Amino acid sequence: MIAGLYRAGDSPLHRTGAGTKLLALVLFGTLLLSVASPIVAAGGLLLVLGLYLAAGFGARIFLAQLRPVALVLVLLALAQLWLSTPSEALLLVLRFAALVLAAGLVTLTTRTADLVASLERRLSPLARLGLDVGKISLAVSLAIRFIPAVGQIAAEVREAQIARGRRPSPVSLVVPLIVRLLKMADEIAEAIDARS
Amino acid sequence: MSTRDIVLIALFAALMAALGAFPPLMIPAIAVPVTAQSMGPMLAGGILGAKRGALSMLLFVVLVAAGLPLLSGGRGGLAIFAGPTAGFIFGWIVAAFATGLVVERFWAKLTFVTAFLAAAAGGIVLLYAIGIPWISLVGGVPLATAATGSAAFIPGDLIKAGLAAAAIVMVRRAYPMIRQEDRWRTAPSDDLD
Amino acid sequence: MISIEGVRLERGGRTVLSGLDLTLAERRIGVVGANGSGKSSFARLVNGLLLPSAGRVTVDGLDTRREAKAVRRKVGFLFQNPDNQIVYPTVGEDLAFGLKGRGLAKPEIAERVAATLNRFGLEGFGDRLVHELSGGERQLVALAGVMILEPEWLVLDEPTTLLDRRNARAIMAAVAAMPQNVLLVTHDLTLLADFDRVLVFEAGRLATDAAPAAAIDAYLRIAG
Repeated sequence: MIAGLYRAGDSPLHRTGAGTKLLALVLFGTLLLSVASPIVAAGGLLLVLGLYLAAGFGARIFLAQLRPVALVLVLLALAQLWLSTPSEALLLVLRFAALVLAAGLVTLTTRTADLVASLERRLSPLARLGLDVGKISLAVSLAIRFIPAVGQIAAEVREAQIARGRRPSPVSLVVPLIVRLLKMADEIAEAIDARS
Repeated sequence: MSTRDIVLIALFAALMAALGAFPPLMIPAIAVPVTAQSMGPMLAGGILGAKRGALSMLLFVVLVAAGLPLLSGGRGGLAIFAGPTAGFIFGWIVAAFATGLVVERFWAKLTFVTAFLAAAAGGIVLLYAIGIPWISLVGGVPLATAATGSAAFIPGDLIKAGLAAAAIVMVRRAYPMIRQEDRWRTAPSDDLD
Repeated sequence: MISIEGVRLERGGRTVLSGLDLTLAERRIGVVGANGSGKSSFARLVNGLLLPSAGRVTVDGLDTRREAKAVRRKVGFLFQNPDNQIVYPTVGEDLAFGLKGRGLAKPEIAERVAATLNRFGLEGFGDRLVHELSGGERQLVALAGVMILEPEWLVLDEPTTLLDRRNARAIMAAVAAMPQNVLLVTHDLTLLADFDRVLVFEAGRLATDAAPAAAIDAYLRIAG
């Protein structure tokens, strides 16, 4: 499997089941969003910070989680300062920081395969409503299997175009790539049918 | 849903991941680097059709949520969905569906213009119609503020809709999918229980 | 026994195969022919991946049209390109794929996966990622994924075309050791020397049906 964002470890958080952690995350988020107090939000943030330490993660990993949302968060805080009160701006930043960090913590301490398996287990009662869990699980596995292969084909297409002396444009890369995927799909489906 | 449909859905989710690894396009006119990934929903809908296109985006979103760093820049995991811009990620599913719906409707005489309108309707109009209120709601800012902040991305997205439309029209010529349905496959390909 | 009665096959409005009447019972059968001669389509008829436009194909009396599932249990199929045939991220998961579809219990699946890895010299490959294997290893995994289902027939569609000579020999050695009936579609005539029967296709018709030496002679004359 492609390397996920999971960081190996042996903390109690690592050992907790994926379903439990997801449920806890949902509860945490609900609580955080239903109490409009900067103090509660700051408490939540401190709690998450403590959990990072308990899971054995340092400041670098902690900050890396915030980086993707940092810019938007700063912009939103500025908008709040301008439109509303400093306390509102503070509440917003604290809430999102806590929420994003908590969600990131679940990802950091749970293997992708465990999350997918937990998802499949949760979906299986829906089989009675006509949901084909076998097909969903096949689709997930196929996608994970073919992500490196599709990247490889994209690199090949790019190489072939450079070899022919043209600078690849997005369209000239994407069209041959997609046509190859569509042809592959026929063969892959045939091979799955042959083994089923 | 046939085996082939499942395979196509999975392959286009994988294509999304490949687009996320493309180097950002530098477009001189707007001087902002543009990621290729948001072309994905337009391509998926325009080539696979509404249903399969939307399901491939749903699958991709699930993989990202499950902790794979597949978003451009190597981002991923649940944190993305807790952030204020999550609406733009969920919106990809609807964007692919809408693009697919329009392309299916105009399939018989699909031109660059109709494909562009389909890609723009799904990948820009609808996507922003979900993403902007999402920011406004979870970020507690007025709609107008959220819209102003998002407007900077529209020129890049228009260019991407153009690129996606060109690609959709070319792929349709090379390998027409939506109506090609099992042109030469005679074997029963469903039922893989 | 596979029996093909009055079969014609059309694909996309074009006749790809016609006038086929034969029964296959030999343990080792080769199929040769130029590109587009219809030999790959012929292979696909045998396990129901393609259905005849006229006539019928039966495997031990099972009609490929009406009993596709039962036919596919009897007839395994190895394709040219293992990349499009291996559907799971790791070797072990992929071998388990077909068994899961048959509703086997987990411990039994694990046992059979381990035994099959052993049999194909793939010990320790269970957790390896498919995309990190060499082309030859991948084809071997694809073959193991077919054989773990214990078919009675094995159809191979140019299984060595993408491999170097050493890997091609390894695949053919694994095939040679099998007790199963084998139908091998190939361009490599040297693989067919000790086969029981060779079919030569030309432009959608069975041009020659003979022992290897005679059939290969005929094929070389056609191929010119």
